[in-house]
Amino acid sequence: MLHLKDVKKSFFQPDGTRLPILDVAEFHVAADEQMVLVGRSGSGKTTLLHVIAGISRPDSGRVRVDDWEITLFSEAECDRFRAERIGYVFQTFNLLPGFSALENVLLAMRFTGGRPNRARARQLLERVGLAHRMTHKPAMLSVGEQQRVAVARALANRPKLLLADEPTANVDSGSQQQVLDLIREATEEEQVALVLVTHAPEVARQFKRVDHLEQINQAVTS
Amino acid sequence: MDPLKIALRCVFWVERFAGLLKIAWRSIRQRALASALTAVAMALGVALVVAVLVIYAVLVQSFNRRAGGYELVVGNKQGSQLQLVLNTAYYVDQPVANIPYSYYAEFTQGTYALDVETAVPISMGHSYRGYPVVGTSPSMFSLKYRGDQGYELAQGLCFAPEDLYGAVAGSAVAHAEHLEIGSTFQAIHGGAESGGQAHQQEFRVVGILAPTGTPNDRALFVNFKGFSALHAQEQKTDGHDHAAAAAEPAEITAILVAVDPNRPRGAEIMAHQINRGSVAQAAMPAVVIEKFLRNIIGNVQLVLLIMAALTVVVAGIGIMVSIYNSMSDRRREIAIMRALGASRTTVMVVILMESVLLSLGGGLLGLLLGHGLIVLLSPVIVEQTGVAVGLLQFRLIELILIPGLILLASLVGYLPAVAAYRTDVARSLTATP
Repeated sequence: MLHLKDVKKSFFQPDGTRLPILDVAEFHVAADEQMVLVGRSGSGKTTLLHVIAGISRPDSGRVRVDDWEITLFSEAECDRFRAERIGYVFQTFNLLPGFSALENVLLAMRFTGGRPNRARARQLLERVGLAHRMTHKPAMLSVGEQQRVAVARALANRPKLLLADEPTANVDSGSQQQVLDLIREATEEEQVALVLVTHAPEVARQFKRVDHLEQINQAVTS
Repeated sequence: MDPLKIALRCVFWVERFAGLLKIAWRSIRQRALASALTAVAMALGVALVVAVLVIYAVLVQSFNRRAGGYELVVGNKQGSQLQLVLNTAYYVDQPVANIPYSYYAEFTQGTYALDVETAVPISMGHSYRGYPVVGTSPSMFSLKYRGDQGYELAQGLCFAPEDLYGAVAGSAVAHAEHLEIGSTFQAIHGGAESGGQAHQQEFRVVGILAPTGTPNDRALFVNFKGFSALHAQEQKTDGHDHAAAAAEPAEITAILVAVDPNRPRGAEIMAHQINRGSVAQAAMPAVVIEKFLRNIIGNVQLVLLIMAALTVVVAGIGIMVSIYNSMSDRRREIAIMRALGASRTTVMVVILMESVLLSLGGGLLGLLLGHGLIVLLSPVIVEQTGVAVGLLQFRLIELILIPGLILLASLVGYLPAVAAYRTDVARSLTATP
């Protein structure tokens, strides 16, 4: 499902030198697999997810998602591929404040080649337990509810891969387990591979496969 | 390609377009106050353009609605042709000087008589409560106005040639001053502003004209011989020995000449001949007014239109500033949309749509405002010019505003749209919200 090979990424520093952020020789996630990437702050977690999602381009190396080598895509092709095959749950939810819960889910459907499926959007919101909150705007929802909308949005286009970047870090402790369970159950039901990034051991220990970014990412190790 | 597939493709693009419009609209609503203010600025600019266009049209119409039916106005050589036409055809301002009454005979039985269909004497210089009192002969009402319409009397009759103090009132003055058949009024020497002396002898209304939509609606027509008769009468009471009955005037102000239509270029030839002589000058109102509109009013309209257009451009720049300023707040929203799979072009289109929606929304509001304003002012316009304007006084040229505003919106939306296009998704997503 997901395969990274010799992926390197660096950023320019103000003094003109390059700071290596990612150096991943090999990384593999099978279809339907649920795994956790654990890493301390600054270990390149978010950059790795951006590279997998095609939001950032690696300096070199190959990224294959669902048998497509996205590093060979043009930017527009990459955008379209991301819309159709990859779901993304952010640490800060990133819902659009002017749109209701339902509209936020529908919004994700607008950028694929298909038509927004209202029934699917409603069904997803019901699935995450927000049937009564569909017309509410993010500001009127609790943080836990906001993240649940974000999960529904990430699953809107039936992706093959769900990337979750510290999905529970900004959620109140009461809702953390709820959000985590939701992500796990929903990805299982929808048969979506899950890569969840976290620095919280209590989250990591719930998964069978836990990879430590420091071991995968040579840029951090060195 | 299968027509069904083409149709489905069209539906898809329409839906996609509508979806993006919805996103743009949401963004406008989210910044409701700033959006409303920029749209109102645009509305005021467009309302100004509409007002200038409609008012110019009203002005041209009011000039074209002069009581026509004659090709020449003959008057004193002093003053310009424009002055002569404005005095005689529109009752604007006071005449400069008169011509001898004997010259009138040249048009009825003298040099020009053969080429003349109708010659109407006009004696100006009197007023009643600000309305012009025009001395003329009954032949005035045999002229046509606005093409081939003949004067009609709503009430009463025209004064007879021998009825020295009979008067026919225009519809507007009759209505405003409550004049009826049998009402009497005193003519004041001079215009309303000069506040001259009132004549003792009163004129009596014998007829009221049906509305004509021309400046004649505001005029009181009296027997031109009446003026000389009352002057003579007053001099007699002063001890001078003049017979009131011998009411042949010594002077008149102007002559309206309807040239025999069977004489090709008759009016031009006659005007040339008159102007070569030393007694009077002849002006062709159609030519004089056309020149006046083109050279003076036309240029004024152009200047006003340029100023109004600049207001619209400034409002457009306001929209650009408003959207551009919001970009720093919205960089994250744009990054979210990009992360959800929106292409650079898509987010650029959304920003351009926002600019177009604000411009067009403001523009439509401006159209309503402009026309609404004119409807509100229409009673004044009707009173002053006799031209009735309505909400539907729509000028085709206003349609240019729509593509014009879309073009302007695209230009002013370009800068923020490029900013959206260039948004660094990874950096904007990781920035602290």
